[in-house]
Amino acid sequence: MATPNSPLWEVFIRSRNGLAHKHVGSLHAADATLALQAARDIYTRRGEGLSIWVVPSNAITASDPSEKDMMFEPAQSKIYRHPTFYDVPDEVGHM
Amino acid sequence: MSVASIEVCETPLVLYTLRRADDALILGHRLSEWCGHAPMLEEDMALANMGLDLLGQARELYGYAAKVEGRSNDEDRFAYLRDVRQYRNLLLVEQPNGDFARTMVRQFFYAVFADLYWRGMMRSSDTTMAAIAARSEKESAYHVRHSSEWIVRLGDGTEESHRRAQAAIDDLWAYTGEMFAVDDSERGLIDRGIAIDPAALRAPWLKTIAAVVGEATLALPGNDWMQKGGRDGRHSEHLGHLLSELQSMQRSFPGATW
Repeated sequence: MATPNSPLWEVFIRSRNGLAHKHVGSLHAADATLALQAARDIYTRRGEGLSIWVVPSNAITASDPSEKDMMFEPAQSKIYRHPTFYDVPDEVGHM
Repeated sequence: MSVASIEVCETPLVLYTLRRADDALILGHRLSEWCGHAPMLEEDMALANMGLDLLGQARELYGYAAKVEGRSNDEDRFAYLRDVRQYRNLLLVEQPNGDFARTMVRQFFYAVFADLYWRGMMRSSDTTMAAIAARSEKESAYHVRHSSEWIVRLGDGTEESHRRAQAAIDDLWAYTGEMFAVDDSERGLIDRGIAIDPAALRAPWLKTIAAVVGEATLALPGNDWMQKGGRDGRHSEHLGHLLSELQSMQRSFPGATW
């Protein structure tokens, strides 16, 4: 079903237990209001969510997959950046 | 059609419940006809969702009608084994889908009414009807939102969408009066607080309709002559065709299950 006049939107849902909105997919809609309704009809019909965000896909600036070595490889060898070398005192509780 | 139709003992409350159940079933079935045919995938899902909402309402109402009637009828027999003249739905809901604008105008006219109606029925002295109303109102409120957003976009869209939306309003307008009509059988239920008087819903209905239609740069027709007959089983030619499809399985293979 080609919809050349309808822009693409990215959909983010906050679930019943979730704290943050998570990306769940995308859809076509003429404007933000209809995008929100379409998101409700497509992505929350089984009780998945309590809150919806829709964002125009073209508002997203994405990293270039061909640059993934430059972008992400340097972080792979720096395990000391993970906070795993510390003993967390019991008093601190859940972090 | 190889299976005889059932007989229904239409006491006022059975008749009243069947009328609302038939509205929901027939409109829900009409929406289901869009499945796989909507202008875009997203709207295909939206129409199916609304159709399923209405089917759910119909099931609750048929189940209650069966309980009140207290015979051997159940939701399936009401849906599959009554002939055209035994159906009690509004003429509006059986009108063919036509183009997308026509489907949305039909939905809009009905949903705005249904939302007001269910909101009122939440105060019914009949606790089952009040419970069905509480659930249905949330669904119809969304149907109002969805259809009215489309009316605005179709009316205030392209020249073609405006023309199609206006044609749908003009054609379907004569079927809107039936929603607010009351007969003797319903009058008794209204007096007992079981039903609400739909005549009181006409002013708020018209207010919402006029506001959305105005925003859509469309116009309401001036004619006040209204069609009627659906509540008494006098239907347009379209319902028979719809039922022949809806009922074909149970009529051909009685009691078939899967």
